[in-house]
Amino acid sequence: MPDPILQMRGLTAHYGDFQALYGIDMHVDPGEVLAIIGANGAGKTTLMRSVTGLLRNGANQIRYRGQDISRLRADQVARRGLAMVPEGRQLFPSLSVKENLMIGAQVGRKGPWDLGAVYRLFPILDERKDQQSISLSGGQQQMVAIGRALMSNPDLLLFDEISLGLAPIVIKDIYAALPGIIKDGMSAIIVEQDIAQALKVSGRVYCLQEGRVSLEGASDKVTREEISRAYFGIA
Amino acid sequence: MSLQDYTVTRSSQAARVAAVLGALALIVLVCAPWWAGRADMRLMGELFLYLALASLWNLMAGYAGLVSVGQQAFVGFGGYVLFALTMFGGLHPLAAIGLAGLLGALVSMPVAVLIFRLRGAYFAIGTWVIAEVFRLGFAQISALGGGSGSSLPVAIVKSLASKRAMRESISYWLALGAAVLVVGCVYLFLRSRKGLALTAIRDNELAAASLGIDIWRAKFTVYVVTSALTAMIGALIFLQKLRISPDAAFSVNDWTAFVIFIVVIGGIGTIEGPIIGTLVFFALRETLADLGTIYLIVLGLVAIVMMLRAPKGIWGLVRSRFDLQLFPLGYRVIAPKPEKEA
Repeated sequence: MPDPILQMRGLTAHYGDFQALYGIDMHVDPGEVLAIIGANGAGKTTLMRSVTGLLRNGANQIRYRGQDISRLRADQVARRGLAMVPEGRQLFPSLSVKENLMIGAQVGRKGPWDLGAVYRLFPILDERKDQQSISLSGGQQQMVAIGRALMSNPDLLLFDEISLGLAPIVIKDIYAALPGIIKDGMSAIIVEQDIAQALKVSGRVYCLQEGRVSLEGASDKVTREEISRAYFGIA
Repeated sequence: MSLQDYTVTRSSQAARVAAVLGALALIVLVCAPWWAGRADMRLMGELFLYLALASLWNLMAGYAGLVSVGQQAFVGFGGYVLFALTMFGGLHPLAAIGLAGLLGALVSMPVAVLIFRLRGAYFAIGTWVIAEVFRLGFAQISALGGGSGSSLPVAIVKSLASKRAMRESISYWLALGAAVLVVGCVYLFLRSRKGLALTAIRDNELAAASLGIDIWRAKFTVYVVTSALTAMIGALIFLQKLRISPDAAFSVNDWTAFVIFIVVIGGIGTIEGPIIGTLVFFALRETLADLGTIYLIVLGLVAIVMMLRAPKGIWGLVRSRFDLQLFPLGYRVIAPKPEKEA
C-alpha cells in the first residue's frame, strides 16, 4: 500500500466555543476517489474548510504528501496542489468565464490542464468564454467552478456538494464528466448529500455524524442498513 | 496550447469613441498654455492632481478593499520630502518628486505591516492615527519650520524655469502628466494578471484564497504602489503651493474627505468614477465656494443623497441605464440580433 496522499489524525475544529469536529481519522490514497456523506451539520463542510486551509487546526492533524499542512493559509495549501470546487460555486461575478478559469492557473502549477483542455471537457464554456460568469445557467456555472479548480493542476481535488441546487438532468451531466476529470493519478474527495451518486463514483466512503466518523468502508460493500445507522444514528 | 494563444476583445463602440475623444481632449489640454488664462490653468492643474489622488484612492479602496482615511499621510510626506530634498539636498525639484515616490514606497512598507493587522473600521481609524503621527512628527522638525511651516526659496522655484509663464506651464503639464500617468497605470494594472487577482479578491476573498491567491501580498502591493504615487502627487501639490505647513500638508479634509467624496459621487470601483467625481466636485466648488459654510453643507447633502439613492455613484447610474464602459475592463453580454422573418 503506498503512503496516503492526505492523512488526518485526530482532527478537531472549532468555531469559537463551538466544537464542530471531534478527532477525525481519515486518509486518501493516491489515485483514489473518496466519498464523504453525512447529514446537514455533520461536519462535512467544516472538514473541507480545514483541509483547504480556510480554517486553522492543531499542528500535525492534517498531513499532505507527508508534510504537515494543518497550519498553512488557504493560498499556501492551494499552491501545493490541493484544489476545491466549493459549495455554491463561488465564481467571481465581475470576471468572464475565461478570466475565472485563468484565476485558477495563477498558482502556476504545470500539468495536463490548461484552457484548451478545460474547453475540450466542457465545450459549452468555449462558446461562452467571454460572457460574465454569473450570466450562465447553474450547471454551466458548476462547469466553470470545476474547470477553475482543474486549471491549477491539482493532485487532490475536493468537490463540495456539487449537485446542490442543480436539476437532476444537469447533475447527471456533471457526474458523467467525472471520469474524464479524475484521471492521470489525480485523487478526489467528493462530499455529497446524494448518497447513491456518491457511492457510484467512489471507491471508499466515510460517513460523518455530529463531527465524528460513524462509518468507513468500500463503497460497493456498505449496506443500506449500515448507512442509515451511520447517517441518522439509529438502527 | 498556452494562455497567450487566446485573444479576447473587450472593446465596444463606446470605448473606441471614448478613446478617440480622450486623445483629442488630451491634445487640447496639453496645449492649454496657449489658449487658457493663468487662473484657468491653475484651476485645471489642481483638478488633475485631485483626479490623480481620487484614482489612487479608488484603486486602494474600490478594488483592494483598503478603506484608508489616512492617505494625507503620504500627501504631506511627499510635500515635505520635496521641501527637504530641494532646500537641504540641493536637488532639482523634478528629481525630488521622483525620490519622494521612492521614499513614500519605503515608508509605506512598515506602515502596511502595522495597519494590515487591523480590519474594517479599525483599519480606517488606524490609517488616520498614522497620518496624525506623521503630522506631529514633521511639526517637530525645526529645520522645516516646525509647526508654522516654511516656504520654498525663490532660487529653487526658479530652477524649474526662470520665466514665470514657463514655470506655470511646466507646473500645469506636470499635473496633467501625473493624472494621465495615474489613470493609465491603474487601467493597465487592472488589466494585468495581478489586476485579475485583485478583482477576484474584491468579488470573493475566500474563493480567491482557496485558488492560491496570496491576499495579503496583493493588498500590500496595492498599498505600497498607491502610497508611493500619492507621495509623488503630494510633492507636486506643494511645488504648486510653494508653501508647506503640517496642518496644510496632513489635512484630512483636503486630501482624504474631498477625495472620498469624489470617488463616492463618481462611482467607487470603476475607473470612470473618479474622473466624473472630480468634474462634479470642481463644478460644485467653483459655483458654491463663495457661499462659505453653505458650500460644505451642500457637499455633505449631495454625498448623503448619493449614498442613499445611488450607492454606485453617477457612473454606476449611467452604466446600469446605458450599458456603457469607456475603459474596457469587464465584459458585456451582447445578444445576437434576431433574424428577420421572411
